Amino acid sequence: MQESSELIMTIYVFVLAIFTGFELISKVPPTLHTPLMSGSNAISGITLLGAMIIAGNASSLLSAEGLLGFLAVFFAGLNVFGGYVVTDRMLRMFKKKEDPKDK
Amino acid sequence: MNFRELLHSGGQDLIYLFAVILFIFGIKNLSKPKTARRGNFLSALGMLLAVGVTLFDPHIESFQLIILGLWASALLGTFIARTVPMTAMPQMVALLNGFGGISSFLVAFREFQSNAIDILQKGFIDYLTLMLSTLVGMVTFSGSLVAALKLQEWLPGRPILFPMQKTLNAILGLLTLLLFVLTYQSLVDMNLDLLAKEMAYRYYYLIGIIAFILGITLVIPIGGADMPVVVSLLNSYSGIAVAMTGFVLHNNALIVVGSLVGASGIILTNIMCKAMNRSLLNVLFGGFGATTVIPTQQAKGSVKNISPEEAALILDAAENVIIIPGYGMAVSQAQHMVKKLTDYLLQKGKKVSFAVHPVAGRMPGHMNVLLAEAGVEYDLLHDLEINDQFPQTDVSVVIGANDVVNPAAKENPNSPIYGMPVFDVEKSRTVLVLKRSLNPGFAGIENELFYKENTLMVFGDAKKTLEGFLAALQELES
Repeated sequence: MQESSELIMTIYVFVLAIFTGFELISKVPPTLHTPLMSGSNAISGITLLGAMIIAGNASSLLSAEGLLGFLAVFFAGLNVFGGYVVTDRMLRMFKKKEDPKDK
Repeated sequence: MNFRELLHSGGQDLIYLFAVILFIFGIKNLSKPKTARRGNFLSALGMLLAVGVTLFDPHIESFQLIILGLWASALLGTFIARTVPMTAMPQMVALLNGFGGISSFLVAFREFQSNAIDILQKGFIDYLTLMLSTLVGMVTFSGSLVAALKLQEWLPGRPILFPMQKTLNAILGLLTLLLFVLTYQSLVDMNLDLLAKEMAYRYYYLIGIIAFILGITLVIPIGGADMPVVVSLLNSYSGIAVAMTGFVLHNNALIVVGSLVGASGIILTNIMCKAMNRSLLNVLFGGFGATTVIPTQQAKGSVKNISPEEAALILDAAENVIIIPGYGMAVSQAQHMVKKLTDYLLQKGKKVSFAVHPVAGRMPGHMNVLLAEAGVEYDLLHDLEINDQFPQTDVSVVIGANDVVNPAAKENPNSPIYGMPVFDVEKSRTVLVLKRSLNPGFAGIENELFYKENTLMVFGDAKKTLEGFLAALQELES
């Protein structure tokens, strides 16, 4: 019983999060389509949390678990670092007419 | 209770919740130009918090590989993000989608390897989500890789078709389902039978391999003009893979974040499909532009071809100008010249606006990013809503755009793009079309606009042509 109610809670979270997502992003101006994608890519680097646990269970790159863990952290990290930095780089370029022309 | 104990008795989950709140505010802010930078910063803060607290997780025994992985990705990720040219942004986004997919896959893969015995005890949902994060993660990875290679033009951008393509995809899909069942059955038998355990692993590895192939065969037939849909769809997939991994790891942060990203990708995909008046299924399985042999009614009248100098005269006399950029502007990297010409025209007291189609270019927002890079203010940029202004416009300047200004979308029910919302450029007094040659565009669709009464073609590289415009305009002045 304990188990199944936990599962139901998880499904609740899942369904509500999807609705939240649709509500949040329902109207994005075209200007932000690309930054939204790269920014959400950065966020989906959250798999890093799972990857860190895997990598934290192995100590050598030479073992299969070690290599898997390292690669998981590496790719999730690429998403996080690459995603946030490139998004910020793009967003810095977007200017409105009345904005001061500083770079 | 010390800090560590506090974290382990629910504190970690609370901090994850706080991180999730930051992500939600981050995404909300990211959808408005004014607050977008702050949104990105808030979500980065959430990530820092979530990663920071995970370092205290009791399951972590050694930090060497974590630190190594973080360092390597920080160095490479930041380097690429800082140096990638804006023209290569579609490839960059495709690659990021792929990295998200592969990291979800790797986490799921490791979970299967180490905990295969427990999976069924945890319940059917655990098994199902593990299979799905494996499948979706890998399909996202190989599919994104193909998309990135096409966008980089290391693979031909046109649709690559082979016989029995749809049949092959269907077979691969069915095979995956079969393997899901076989893996499940082997896991059930595992406690009784050692061989079953071996088989479970084999079936599982096969799922990974087939998912890899499926990603390739799904994306390879899709042509360059349809890339905006594919890129946003893969964006959504990468989110779904994260959410599934969240179920596997019983981690709410992953579930919420994955759902948010999945939803945002689906919204973008939907916008792109609407902008082409096509269903998602049609984009995925249509093989647009290659299978359909378009009955080209060639040479309906003649094309009027003028020099940049003559075009400059027309621009000089114009009051209202609308510029319609397309993929051709990205190819010739003409965005900076576009900015210079815009500044010149604005300074001359003319009204200049941009008409940017949602699917112009190779990813959602492609033109907007390039024009922003060149310094064009985003309030000059308009969507399809600008259409009612063409009748009052003196000159429309089409720079490397093709399908999005093709009147066949409105007039010719036989055209593959019939029904797609397009700009009514032909309603403006004069249309200047900057194009490399008269070759039909990427999709191979003849454009009747080029033969219209009020259309003048200026052939050549867009950047050079615009340079010619500007030089001639300045000459007129002196």
